[in-house]
Amino acid sequence: MRIGFYPGCSLEGSSKEYSDSLFAVAEKCGITLEEIKDWSCCGASAAHNLNHDLAVALPARTLALAEKQGLAEIVVPCAACYSRLASSKEEISANDATRKKIESYIDLKLSAEVKILTVFEFLKKYIFPVADQYIVNKLNQKTACYYGCLYSRPKEIAAIEQIENPMEMDEVMAKAGATPINWAFKTECCGAGFTMSRTDIVAKLSGKIIEDAAERGAESIIVACPMCHVNLDMRRPEIKKQLNKDINIPVLFITQALGVSMGISADRLGVNKHYVPTDKVVTCIVKKEA
Amino acid sequence: MARIGVFICHCGENISATVDVAKVAEKAGKLSGVAYSVDYKYMCSDPGQTLIIESIKKHRLTGIVVAACSPRMHEATFRKAAEKAGINPYLCEMANIREQVSWVHPKSDATTQKALDIIRTLVEKVKKDVALFPIKVPVTKTALVIGGGIAGIQAALDIANAGHQVIMVEKKPSIGGHMSQLSETFPTLDCSQCILTPRMVEVAQHPNITLHTYAEVESVSGFIGNFDVKIRMKAKSVDISKCTGCGACWQKCPTKKIPNEFNEGMGFRTAIYSPFPQAVPNKPVIDREHCSWFTKGGKCGVCKKTCPTGAIDYDTQDEFIDVKVGAIVTATGFDLKHADFFPEYGYGKFKDVIDGMQFERLASASGPTAGEIRRPSDGKIPKKIVFVACAGSRDKAKGIEYCSKVCCMYTAKHAMLYKHKNHEGKAYVFYMDIRAAGKNYDEFVRRAVEEDEVQYIRGRVSRIYEKDGKLIVKGVDTLMNSEPVDIEADMVVLATAVVANIEAESLAQKLHISYDKHHFFAEAHPKLKPVETNTAGIMLAGACQSAKDIPESVSQASASASKVIGLFSSNELTREPIVAVVNRQAPPNFTSCTGCLLCMEVCPYHAIEKEEIKDRAGNLIKVAAKVNAGLCQGCGTCVAMCRNKSIDIQGFSNDQMMSEVMALLNA
Repeated sequence: MRIGFYPGCSLEGSSKEYSDSLFAVAEKCGITLEEIKDWSCCGASAAHNLNHDLAVALPARTLALAEKQGLAEIVVPCAACYSRLASSKEEISANDATRKKIESYIDLKLSAEVKILTVFEFLKKYIFPVADQYIVNKLNQKTACYYGCLYSRPKEIAAIEQIENPMEMDEVMAKAGATPINWAFKTECCGAGFTMSRTDIVAKLSGKIIEDAAERGAESIIVACPMCHVNLDMRRPEIKKQLNKDINIPVLFITQALGVSMGISADRLGVNKHYVPTDKVVTCIVKKEA
Repeated sequence: MARIGVFICHCGENISATVDVAKVAEKAGKLSGVAYSVDYKYMCSDPGQTLIIESIKKHRLTGIVVAACSPRMHEATFRKAAEKAGINPYLCEMANIREQVSWVHPKSDATTQKALDIIRTLVEKVKKDVALFPIKVPVTKTALVIGGGIAGIQAALDIANAGHQVIMVEKKPSIGGHMSQLSETFPTLDCSQCILTPRMVEVAQHPNITLHTYAEVESVSGFIGNFDVKIRMKAKSVDISKCTGCGACWQKCPTKKIPNEFNEGMGFRTAIYSPFPQAVPNKPVIDREHCSWFTKGGKCGVCKKTCPTGAIDYDTQDEFIDVKVGAIVTATGFDLKHADFFPEYGYGKFKDVIDGMQFERLASASGPTAGEIRRPSDGKIPKKIVFVACAGSRDKAKGIEYCSKVCCMYTAKHAMLYKHKNHEGKAYVFYMDIRAAGKNYDEFVRRAVEEDEVQYIRGRVSRIYEKDGKLIVKGVDTLMNSEPVDIEADMVVLATAVVANIEAESLAQKLHISYDKHHFFAEAHPKLKPVETNTAGIMLAGACQSAKDIPESVSQASASASKVIGLFSSNELTREPIVAVVNRQAPPNFTSCTGCLLCMEVCPYHAIEKEEIKDRAGNLIKVAAKVNAGLCQGCGTCVAMCRNKSIDIQGFSNDQMMSEVMALLNA
């Protein structure tokens, strides 16, 4: 089987370690990911605020390129990219006139039949069947799996079953030997794109998330979204000021945490690239691979 | 030789403004078999009808076509006129040249031509019309009422008081339904049991009502006026003829930790039990799923030893009785969604997040807290309660698009009852809209807001979670700049959605009545036949049709009862003869039907049965289909299925339909 990979901008920039850890885990399990050639921006939050057609066409181009490359399935690790690609696919599949219009914009044929996988769908489908033989360091700690907004909304494209109480990431962490906690802020807003313009709002919203996780004894927070990661990790100084207390729970990408349990080195997983240090809590991190 | 009359109506200007009626009359008069043709301004008026009657007599007409409006409007009028003139009413046909011609086309020659074309088809049809006579069906003047809640009780009493026999079937050990669980009722705050229990007793004592509790409808066959019903009498393990209802058995029963359904799981009951003190009949049954005599193979036996009258009998079995009834009132009520339906409100794991019915039990004097509002987790009196209206209702994402209708009112009532009992307490209500359209309803809600200082917040609750022993209710106030609101509550009451009874679908299938996608039973017409089902003789009452409050359930129950009483007002039913018939031929053929019985398979009304044609000695000659005219609704599905045209709808035979089509093609 061939599995495509759509990085989007974050995984090449601020969240390089998300991409690195995904590839490291996949490689460990003998799975190859093929990057979609000549992919373009998903439109992110900008396009759909400006022009609806553009917001549908940008992801559509990437989907069409994946088809052209002969990929039946692609993994999209960024939550925002997932949301845009899945929305675009949904809209095009529902209406043939839209499909024709978008095809004329992008100058490519588009069936929109490519299956789009979130990172946790990918892990469950391809890594789970073989994972047990590679998991060497059970994480043995309480983790708070944080899903944010874009995986559970809107309902039509939600990649999870129980949108009010998602469990998909919890399943992955349980596989990695951690104990996912039951907490209240799984799908609350982190402040998202306000990270640049209204850092105060982000500090308030992300602060509540971190506080609840801490109060319920979480030793790490697991995310699957670059934006969430930025807000919970990079904005920690502002959060500390807002909460008026020092909470040092590290924030890991789900692929990093799984990679740690597989004994993949810190360097390869990029766990040393975060603002909040990870090594004190994730004690089983292997510095160098044997 | 046919002598057909054609009567063309102007309908004021409704028809004559677009159709050249004089020309139509002239051309119709020249059609083969037409003896007389005339146009008139208002054919339905008295002079118009007189014109028809006189013309039939004068021109010795054998059939007539009235070209006017839809037969839905005036077919009955013109058929009566035909009858007065001495011809069979089914020899009168209507050509609809208003709804199908003048109202939908501009004035033109083509429009006039279309009117004439339609008339021509009906002239061909009427030539092949035969005299038909209404069908008479006998009526069994006993009604079956399924469900003993307030709707069933009202319907039963109304029918019984009109002098007819009623059989009531209730699946629980007592009648009373949800109303018996309620504390006070809106908008008057009178005690629910105080107004209900006299009715319950009346049912039990009424000479015309036979009450079967702990019983269920097993199967239903037959048709209007003549239903055959099999009732399963569940084994009570108690001989009610000996039991005096003294209560010694349940006081001694050692199995005491069974969640009490009547108290919505708050508190416990014993294995032999009567559901509540005012139960009717107030005689216990043994819950065999929990009784240790049944679960542990003959151990215990305490109730049998205790019973002073020897009424306990562990060996009773489910029994079946067969009854004949003429009409059925379905009053099987509703269910509520419970807190466990809501992951965002803690999946029902938080003990102090309860549903509306649980609050009723807390507020009720007969409830687990004797009417003091104490929270389930630790029995403390909550200082702050949040009520969440529309929990599940009007929420497409939850699959429940409809409004549950009763929640706005009972939530106001709950908040009020809490405030009346705890003056210092704080009550908040999150709502979408307040729907208080009944008599004195809005005043009631205003009273909660203005006099009892219940704080209404317009917005929805996105999540409830526990923190430091409090329930954090996260919501939004959409009237205050859409500000997020977090309330630290001691207890939360969810006004969860009213849903169809869990057994509604299987009952509907037994009764052959239709139901909507939410499994509420479907009325025959949303406006004009709100209590009938589309199966003749089966009526609906109460919340089994849609969410309803008490006054509405009672009104609908009385309406159902009046339909039943109307049905029972004569000894025979008269039905339109537009039904299917299987042809009959002289021996040795008897019928062209080959007895394949495909028609029986497809009949949606189970109106077709197998008939064995026998000779005088009783030897089987042939198997054929036979239509029960009492059940047949004349839909024609069987006609479409019949492979050799042995079955026909009277008044709409294959031959007639063909003549109509050929009349158009040969124009």
